[in-house]
Amino acid sequence: MFEDLRDLYQEVIFDHNRNPRNFRVMDDANRQVEGFNPLCGDRLTLFLKIDDGTITDASFQGSGCAISTASVSLMTEIIKGKSESEADALFTQFHEMATGKDHEVQLEALGKLAVLAGVREYPARVKCATLAWHTLDAALKNQQQSISTE
Amino acid sequence: MTHYSVANIRADFPILAETIRNKPLVYLDNAASCQKPQAVIDSLVHTYSHEYANIHRGVHTLSVKATDRFEAAREKVRGFINAASHKEIIFVRGATEAINLVAQSYGRSQLQAGDEIVISAMEHHANIVPWQMLCQQIGTVLKVAPINQAGELLLDDYLALLSDKTKLVAITHMSNALGSINPVETIIAAAHARNIPVLLDGAQAIPHMSVDVQALDCDFYVFSGHKLYGPSGTGVLYGKQALLEAMPPYQGGGDMIRQVTFAKTEYAGLPHKFEAGTPAIAEIIGLGAAIDYLNAIGMANIAAHEADLLAYATEQALAIQGLNIIGQASHKGGILSFTLDRIHPHDIGTMLDSLGIAIRAGHHCAMPVMDFYGVPATARASFGLYNTREEVDVLMQGIRSLIEVFG
Ligand SMILES: Cc1ncc(COP(=O)(O)O)c(C=O)c1O
Repeated sequence: MFEDLRDLYQEVIFDHNRNPRNFRVMDDANRQVEGFNPLCGDRLTLFLKIDDGTITDASFQGSGCAISTASVSLMTEIIKGKSESEADALFTQFHEMATGKDHEVQLEALGKLAVLAGVREYPARVKCATLAWHTLDAALKNQQQSISTE
Repeated sequence: MTHYSVANIRADFPILAETIRNKPLVYLDNAASCQKPQAVIDSLVHTYSHEYANIHRGVHTLSVKATDRFEAAREKVRGFINAASHKEIIFVRGATEAINLVAQSYGRSQLQAGDEIVISAMEHHANIVPWQMLCQQIGTVLKVAPINQAGELLLDDYLALLSDKTKLVAITHMSNALGSINPVETIIAAAHARNIPVLLDGAQAIPHMSVDVQALDCDFYVFSGHKLYGPSGTGVLYGKQALLEAMPPYQGGGDMIRQVTFAKTEYAGLPHKFEAGTPAIAEIIGLGAAIDYLNAIGMANIAAHEADLLAYATEQALAIQGLNIIGQASHKGGILSFTLDRIHPHDIGTMLDSLGIAIRAGHHCAMPVMDFYGVPATARASFGLYNTREEVDVLMQGIRSLIEVFG
C-alpha cells in the first residue's frame, strides 16, 4: 500500500526505529548536547566520550519520528571509533546527501547512512534526518547550548 | 433541514479534484486552513479584473466601487455574527492580529500591573503569547484555567480563578488541538457577574457553528477568514462599541485619521480607527463571498453534517487497536486528534500523504496541550463541510495499513 514510500522508509529504518542502538544515558560522557526540532517537537540528547580526539563512545536519549530515531541511532553506531575530523567530514557529507546536493558521489562514502538518502525527496522531513547530525556538529564544536534546526 | 448534498458542495471546490501522489486528494486539514469554493475564487478574479482600486481615498469610479464592495463585506460579516453595528467589525489579518490588537490596545490602556488575565490550558499560542508579551510590558499576571483528561475545561477551577484582580478573560470557543467546545455562555456569565470582559477566540468555532455575538454577549470575538473558506490575509475583530471607542489605535497611518497636523492627529471613528493602511481589499471582499456561500448552505446544516462525520470517525477510530484519541470532550467540533502506539505523528503524516490524505502532524501551535498529554505531537484529522464518510473510510484504512507496516 505504501509503495511510493519505499525509498524513504527502508527496512533498516524500521529496524532502528524499533530497536534503537546506543539508546542510553552515558554517565561518563564529556560532551552532551540537546537537539530540538521546534517544527515537530522532536528532542534528543546526544552523549559523546572523546579521548585524544577520538570518539570512543556515543549514545542518545529522546523521542522522535522513525526517520530521526533511525538517523541518530545509525549515527551513534558509525561515529564510534572515528576521529573528530572524520566525524565532522561525515556531517558535511550527510548534510549534502540529505539536502540533495551532489548525491551520487556521496552515497558510497556514507555506507549504511545512505538508507536515509530518500529524505531529499521529502523536504518536510529533511530536518528529521539532519537533527542528529546538527547536534553532533554542535558537540564537536563543544557548544554547550542546545541547538535547534530552525 | 434542507437536503445537504455533499456531492454538489464538493463540485464547488475545484481543488478537491486534484490528485496528490497520484491519489485523489482527501483533505482533512481544515483546522489549519480550509479550501476555497469557486465563488470565492471568482470574487477575487472579479475584483482584480473589474473593480479594483484603493478604498476610502478616491473620488474616481473604481475607488468608489471598491469601497462599496469592501464595506458590503463588513456588513456581511456583521450579519454573519449578528453584531449590533458595522462599527464593531474591525478587519485585520487574522485571529492572531486581532488578539494582539486587543492585548496592545485594550490591555495597555485599561490594565495595570498586578491585574490578572485568565486564559485556559487549551489555548492556541495566538491566545497565549500576546498576553505574555503584555505581562512583560506592564506587569499583568497570566492565570491558566486547567482542563481534565478528556480535554474539557474544569469549570470550577475557572470560576475559582476569577477575582477582583481579574480584568480580562481570553478563552477559546473551540480548541484547535482537541476539538473541545467550551461552555462559553457559562464562562461569560460568570465573568460578567464580576464585570470582567471576555474575549473569545473563535478561529476554530466560526466555520463549524452559527455564532451570535449578541446572544453570547461576549465583549470581543476574533476569527480568521482563511479558516472560514475565505482568502488568507483576512480576519475579524468584533468588539462591543463602547469598549472599542475607549481603546486607543493599535497602529498609526493612513485611513485611521480624521485630521493630521504635525502638532496633533485626530483619529477617525470606528471601525477605521483600527484599520491603518491599505487592507487586503480583494481578499476581504472575497471573505464576503465566502459568507454568502455559507449562508446559502446554512451553518446549522454544516454543523449537522460535520457532527455526523465526527461521530462516524470517532466510532471507527475507537475500534483501532493502539489508536488513542487525544481530546474526548463531551461537546466537540469536527476534530479528531490522535496518537498511535509506537508510531510518531510525523511518520503517520508522511504515510497518509502518500495515500493522498492531508492531515496535520505536530503540536498544532498548542505546545502546553501537548505537554499536558505528555506527547510531543499528535496527528489531527479535521473535517469541513465538503468531507464525506467515504473519506473517513480512506483515512481509517490508511491508519490500519500503516500500523501493519510499522509492525
Ligand atoms: C484556536 C486558534 N486560535 C488562533 C489561531 C490563529 O489563527 P491565524 O493563524 O489565522 O491568525 C488558530 C489557527 O490555527 C487557532 O486554531
